Amino acid sequence: MPAVQETIDQVRSIDVDQYKYGFETEVEMEKAPKGLSEDVIRFISAKKGEPEWMLQWRLDAYKRWLTMKEPSWARVSYDKIDYNDIYYYAAPKKNPAPKSLDEVDPEILKTYEKLGIPLREQEILAGIEPERRVAVDAVFDSVSVATTFKEELAKAGVIFMPISEAIREYPDLVKQYLGSVVPVTDNFFATLNSAVFTDGSFVYIPPGVRCPMELSTYFRINEKNTGQFERTLIIADKGSYVSYLEGCTAPKRDENQLHAAVVELIALDDAEIKYSTVQNWYPGDAEGRGGIYNFVTKRGDCRGRNSVITWTQVETGSAITWKYPSCILRGDNSRGEFYSIAVSNGMQQVDSGTKMIHLGKNTTSRIISKGIAAGKSENTYRGLVSAHRKATGARNFTNCDSLLIGNQCGAHTVPYIESKNATAVFEHEATTSKISEDQMFYCQQRGLSEEEATALIVNGFVKDVLQQLPMEFAVEAQKLISISLEGSVG
Amino acid sequence: MADVTLMKTPAETALVQAFESARTALPGQAESRAQAFEKFAERGLPHRRVEEFKYTDLRAAFREVAPFAGIPSADEAKAALAGAKALSGVAALQVPFVNGHFVREAVDFHNLPENIEIVPLREALANGHDWLAHLSPIPWASENPVYQLNTSFMADGVMIRVAGPVAAPVHLRFVTAAASAVATATRILVVVEEGASVTLLETHESTDGANHQPNDVVELIAGDRTNVQHVRVNAEGDKALALSTLAAKVGGEAVFNSINVVAGAATSRHQVFALLTGENTNLRVNGATMLKGTQHGDSTLVVEHGAPHCESRELFKTVVDGEATGVFQGKIIVPHHAQKTDGRMMSAALLLEEGCAMNNKPELEIFADDVQCAHGATCGQLDEDLLFYLMARGLPKKEAESLLVQAFLGEALEFVENEAVREALVGTVEGWLKARA
Amino acid sequence: MLEIKNLVVQIEDKRILNGLNLTVNKGEVAAIMGPNGSGKSTLSYVIAGKEDYEVLDGEILLDGQNLLEMEPDQRAAAGVFLAFQYPLEIPGVASMTFLKAAMNAQRKARGEDELTTPDFIKRVNAAAAQLEINKDMLKRALNVGFSGGEKKRMEILQMALLQPSFCILDETDSGLDIDALRIVSEGVNALRSPDRSFLVITHYQRLLNHIVPDTVHVMHAGRIVKTGGKELALELEANGYADYRESEAA
Repeated sequence: MPAVQETIDQVRSIDVDQYKYGFETEVEMEKAPKGLSEDVIRFISAKKGEPEWMLQWRLDAYKRWLTMKEPSWARVSYDKIDYNDIYYYAAPKKNPAPKSLDEVDPEILKTYEKLGIPLREQEILAGIEPERRVAVDAVFDSVSVATTFKEELAKAGVIFMPISEAIREYPDLVKQYLGSVVPVTDNFFATLNSAVFTDGSFVYIPPGVRCPMELSTYFRINEKNTGQFERTLIIADKGSYVSYLEGCTAPKRDENQLHAAVVELIALDDAEIKYSTVQNWYPGDAEGRGGIYNFVTKRGDCRGRNSVITWTQVETGSAITWKYPSCILRGDNSRGEFYSIAVSNGMQQVDSGTKMIHLGKNTTSRIISKGIAAGKSENTYRGLVSAHRKATGARNFTNCDSLLIGNQCGAHTVPYIESKNATAVFEHEATTSKISEDQMFYCQQRGLSEEEATALIVNGFVKDVLQQLPMEFAVEAQKLISISLEGSVG
Repeated sequence: MADVTLMKTPAETALVQAFESARTALPGQAESRAQAFEKFAERGLPHRRVEEFKYTDLRAAFREVAPFAGIPSADEAKAALAGAKALSGVAALQVPFVNGHFVREAVDFHNLPENIEIVPLREALANGHDWLAHLSPIPWASENPVYQLNTSFMADGVMIRVAGPVAAPVHLRFVTAAASAVATATRILVVVEEGASVTLLETHESTDGANHQPNDVVELIAGDRTNVQHVRVNAEGDKALALSTLAAKVGGEAVFNSINVVAGAATSRHQVFALLTGENTNLRVNGATMLKGTQHGDSTLVVEHGAPHCESRELFKTVVDGEATGVFQGKIIVPHHAQKTDGRMMSAALLLEEGCAMNNKPELEIFADDVQCAHGATCGQLDEDLLFYLMARGLPKKEAESLLVQAFLGEALEFVENEAVREALVGTVEGWLKARA
Repeated sequence: MLEIKNLVVQIEDKRILNGLNLTVNKGEVAAIMGPNGSGKSTLSYVIAGKEDYEVLDGEILLDGQNLLEMEPDQRAAAGVFLAFQYPLEIPGVASMTFLKAAMNAQRKARGEDELTTPDFIKRVNAAAAQLEINKDMLKRALNVGFSGGEKKRMEILQMALLQPSFCILDETDSGLDIDALRIVSEGVNALRSPDRSFLVITHYQRLLNHIVPDTVHVMHAGRIVKTGGKELALELEANGYADYRESEAA
């Protein structure tokens, strides 16, 4: 298994600084005034050149948000967020809406180069394996700075562009679907996002089209005191297929930054959406200073018959993660899947899982969750599987396993399994254990160090989920997991 | 006293009034009662938004509060006990309660079996007693509103001390025989001293047709190297709203087995709070619940492995018929120091009819790394292939179903060592299935 | 006597049996052979009354009674016994409990008295000895942890105890070693009588060396395509099923 060797090399090469994406980019930025008000929302809307209906939508959300209370969660604790001490809009001053890569600030291009995100199509095409092309939408703080392969995708009828552009160019599609899966009033952070979202990706796959390449969005928070509020909307029309990847990083800073995204997926009859995330926001330092608060609402609606939505996530970053990528299984015979690896170390807090809501007949869902807690972190799986009265023949299988490394962390499992239909069959199993001493001994006897053996065994533990990721992502994810666990042994 | 204006529902207001008028008449412990009630009143009756009561909304269940039952006359008690059926075929030391009050005439205090002492709680509370210090053995249990209500209103009960092996089972028999709805709050304390062993039977029966509101608490303190077998049967009347709590603190190298069999009540919630305080202890908590009509049955369980090297097994089987709703909430807590814990919890539910429902919430809360913990939950219908196989051998559908349901529930009853008791429990299951067919 | 007329069956929109005709006389041992997927197991399930199959046309008569109108347990009481290819495991139900429940249910359906416990035990012990089934097996939960051979012997034990008039053996030889095959075959042969018919479904001729049939039917694509004596089985063993596939294609 070459990837394992790579992991071991990676673990070996690590020096004190474990978070390799923690650098900062010097770019002159234009920002909205600090804090949140109707004026700031109008400012964002005007910057994006939005039509009046969009502004109204935002203002309605804002009014609603003012009446809402920030949730307090059972297993997550953090200092109160001062919502008036955040910049809600920050965009590179030089040419905030570049027409081509040549117009993009070279500093920003360098940033993506350093992060290993390919933005130049010709370079990608010149690459060794052209069949593995990935179209990228790069979001830098509050704006999209580049979207690749737009024209080639357009030939197939696929729309892939920043959502701010889609609001102007495809208002009917946006109007029809925006907020139809995650209602404006859904929860405190989703409502906040609805009021102030700045950018994100919009994807529409027309009927019968299999998207010719992987689509991906790369999010980067760079500016200080800035919140990132992205909004992603993916619509797979009848009989279409798309695989979408999402990655994210941020510089190291002592203060916490808020990332409150909303992702909505809609799959119509016979359509399939695969959504993969490698979440690597800055997790804060060993004492728990700094790091991203990752409060995200992700939900997919299997609206059509025989539709499929698959969520795959590798969570290694963020000081606090609160996210439950969910599936509403509305269409008959629709299927929802959730594959998750959540690694926590240091003082990280992860509270993640999924909801599989079975509404249609013969709907099926599958949940595979692997939690790994190290350091002084807290790692909770929280999930809901429910069958409503009409969900005849619903099926769910859930497996969630937790692994503890060290004696100062916590691993928790909180599943809610609710069946209101006698023909629904739900199976749930969960285990919590440590790495077996026998396995460790065996590896060490064969010459691996404790750390190498740990990496090897952890890779085995998460294999089921890694297999769900597209190839390059899997390799990347495997490295990330080892890096995240660095220093946790011994 | 808590601020009465915080109370919202008529039932909550009635509870405040009931407490106000009863507090002076209730025996002893005035201060701890007031404290418990104050805590309760801060939040009131728990409802859906209170996580631990998410699936059993007591604010909705308590439309009104029944008056607390008075002490029955000797004749009334005798008549009530004569009609009691649960586990009646099992030879045991009878410790009966009628309408929540200990029937002391039924116990021959001068000829108690070896190694056992019984003290009526009412007198002990009124006059003081050394053993009272053992009440409330699990600190976190007192955060529970059902437990708080019992502590506020407990009027009677017994304290039992087991000093060595006790041969025959001790049968705590609860009968509520009032024609109109009454509330009861009994408290039982069982102290099992180091090396002692005992089988405790607990049966709860009440008259059909009345909205009785029993809320009983059994507290067990089992010392090192003890062996305690506990069997509880809920055979409450069809309109009863039955709340109950078992709070067990178990020492090292001990064995504690407990099973709750639910066949009665309109709404029931049985809470098991177990705290293991010594190493190498073996805990088993089982449940066998049968629900039909519009019954609602809740089994809630919290096991804290407070010491290393302990093993716990929890197996809850629920059969749901008609439009009934089953609930299982189980939590295994393993703190940092409880290394080498081995905990396994399983909840399985069979849904027999279209309109029924089951909610499962099995939780693990783990802070120690060298552990083996697991939980599982399943819910679904009877296996179609098994049904076909049985029918192909000539069993009519209902009979085939019954056989499979019996086998399903039987797994939870298997460990009951006392054969007479186990057979009586199997009989309870058979009776339930017969009534269904 | 079993008569099947123009039986058309589908499962999940897929046609499995296509107008099948078959008669098995009283006392006759009929074998059905055919390639995988020809519909042999479907036929056995449909006779026994498994739910998932949709009968579109035709009828199945056992001694003049219309089986298709009956529940599986009623068919069993009427004398149908299916020895399953894969007998099911039933955790928590002791084999003895199961046997007693099944025997008494059938007696009840026929208006007979329930067996007394000593009588029941006597019958089981006698039948079990012949099939080399020990007491320990009978105490265990039905088929749970049984080997393949033990499961098949348990099926034949049930057949012996329930005394059916029409027995279907569905691939009973699959998964059996030569000794187990002998025990099972002897068990079956002991039950042959002028009042009892057998339908032996098998892929290979091997079983038919032990349970010698009176008639052999070849099944293909949901129909009986050829009928002959026991020599037909040997012919098939030598030539395979290829002829029938071709004739179907032509």
